[in-house]
Amino acid sequence: MNKECALQISHEDDKLCLTFLGFWTIQGNQCNTLEAIKTIPPQTKGIYFDTEGIKDWDSRLLVELSRITKIADTHSVKVDLTGLPSGVQELIKLSQKKTGLPPPKEDSDLGVLAEIGKHSLQAFDQAIGMLSFTGEIFLAYFRLFSGKARFKKKDLVSFFYSCGPQALPIVSLISFLVGFTLAFIGAVQLKMFGADIFVANLVGLAMTREMGPMMAAVIMAGRTGAAFAAQLGTMQVNEEIDALQTMGFNPLDFLVIPRMTALIIMMPFLAICADFIGILGGFFIGRLSLDISPIMYYEQTIKSVHLNHFLVGVTKAILFGYIVAFCGCIKGMQCKRSAGAVGQATTSAVVTSIVLIVFTDAAFTFFFNLIGV
Amino acid sequence: MEDKSTIINVKNLTMAYGDFKLQEKLTFNVREGSIFAIMGESGCGKSTLLRILTGLKRPSCGTVLYSSTNFWESSEKERFQRMQRCGVLYQSGALWSSMTIGENISLPLQQFTTLRPNIIQEIVEIKLALVGLKGFADYLPSAISGGMRKRAGLARAIALDPDILFFDEPSAGLDPISSRMLDDLILELRDSLGATIVIVTHELASIFAIADDSIFLDTETRTMLATGNPKVLAKESNSTKVRNFLSRTSSVAKDDNKEKVGI
Repeated sequence: MNKECALQISHEDDKLCLTFLGFWTIQGNQCNTLEAIKTIPPQTKGIYFDTEGIKDWDSRLLVELSRITKIADTHSVKVDLTGLPSGVQELIKLSQKKTGLPPPKEDSDLGVLAEIGKHSLQAFDQAIGMLSFTGEIFLAYFRLFSGKARFKKKDLVSFFYSCGPQALPIVSLISFLVGFTLAFIGAVQLKMFGADIFVANLVGLAMTREMGPMMAAVIMAGRTGAAFAAQLGTMQVNEEIDALQTMGFNPLDFLVIPRMTALIIMMPFLAICADFIGILGGFFIGRLSLDISPIMYYEQTIKSVHLNHFLVGVTKAILFGYIVAFCGCIKGMQCKRSAGAVGQATTSAVVTSIVLIVFTDAAFTFFFNLIGV
Repeated sequence: MEDKSTIINVKNLTMAYGDFKLQEKLTFNVREGSIFAIMGESGCGKSTLLRILTGLKRPSCGTVLYSSTNFWESSEKERFQRMQRCGVLYQSGALWSSMTIGENISLPLQQFTTLRPNIIQEIVEIKLALVGLKGFADYLPSAISGGMRKRAGLARAIALDPDILFFDEPSAGLDPISSRMLDDLILELRDSLGATIVIVTHELASIFAIADDSIFLDTETRTMLATGNPKVLAKESNSTKVRNFLSRTSSVAKDDNKEKVGI
């Protein structure tokens, strides 16, 4: 059905009569009234409406009336609403009811310098927040070791399970592929010098010192760190953390300590598994592509990888476990109360964890090189 | 009985989750331009009935007719078109948190009409003025109070000028004054827009203040116990449970009067 609308304008002495005809609805055809009544004759003292010819109306008519009223106001012309449908008159009255003014909004267009300053202050606040959270965690562990921390043992067990056995398949798969890739790249280069056997050294050292703990940590940041942030963020949104606090529980003891403890303890085990499985990936390439015998590959690996290399990896893994759990928990606990904030907390937890993991790894590598380990 | 002015006609409706029948044999009519209250105790299936009426859940059996058209038998496109002419205000407002209040209201207008952006902007301003939130278009839902979020949700529900408005416990979580103001606003919008309103509530003050018709769902018998004007049901219903439910305010009021006269 064609929903046409029309506006007729007629002058009677000093009165302007506007006659609305047809369908004035948002789904109807467009009708440009603004052009039609832009020029109000100077002698006009009042505007009247005739709406008997209207077949249907909705907000569309209100928009046109609001425009006409604005134009009339600028020309100081009186508008008589009595000719409008009663529903329209009531809606106009309702929309003109006095309500509280909105509070002033923050100026969003600050300028470059102010933006830099604002972001610097935010970064500073974030750093202070992280430091104070570290302090709170230290105190929470103090309470834990003095037997005063309250948390559910069952929670701790379930976190051990989710941070360990449940994460093992994906950590194993990625580690195997990392070992495989390292060996493959090494094989191409070393073959040129007839030093094929040194693939075992390359893979063994790279996996135990660097890639094993780092890959395990990156996977755990994406898997478990994100889950921690989302769980705690949702609890924040649902006021569950407030409920814990008002009932006398310390949310850090109850929520953060079990998560952190589980991840810090399970991470070295995951890293050691990643080391072995990565070496196994390298062995496959050694065997299939370079034709190194299993015994030779094994002996070369044993010769090149010492206990201290494992210990370097394990030390890093413990710290990485702390970083992942720390970022997940702090972002979750500081989450604001909206669905969008939970998403932001989760993203931020993963990004911060990975950045900190890479920085810490670089610092450790430099430090261990300096002390000759 | 279905007559010309019936806009929603529900016949022998059964709502179930798997094998568990929540309510059965629900039959009632909603008259055009009336305010219809769905009442009952917590857990009786009020919100599920609303989900069925708004196309979110298919009934186990029975029919829902919108202006004589079988809603659940019609094609998905037809159901979608019908729903475009319905507005829903959810319990928490359910505003999209990543968008400003203005964007929340303008989105359906942008998607389902061919209006120019400046007209959409003006409609948004009018809708916000109608619910008493003039000037709040640029605010995010998180920056306003719970009562304001409900009013903003109402502005979004009326964005497309629907002919039926559904409200899921609009007074929940509001103080008595805000709740009363929302009731007044619902009445004013009904009178001016001429929309039919279906409201799920157990707030007796709201029921008596605004509802023309109602249905009472019972948890024990798992069916409707009564249907009709709530003021009449409070006095004349055959069911004691309905009378007790609806006369709670009167007993409080009576106690109040006793205190005043020093009894």
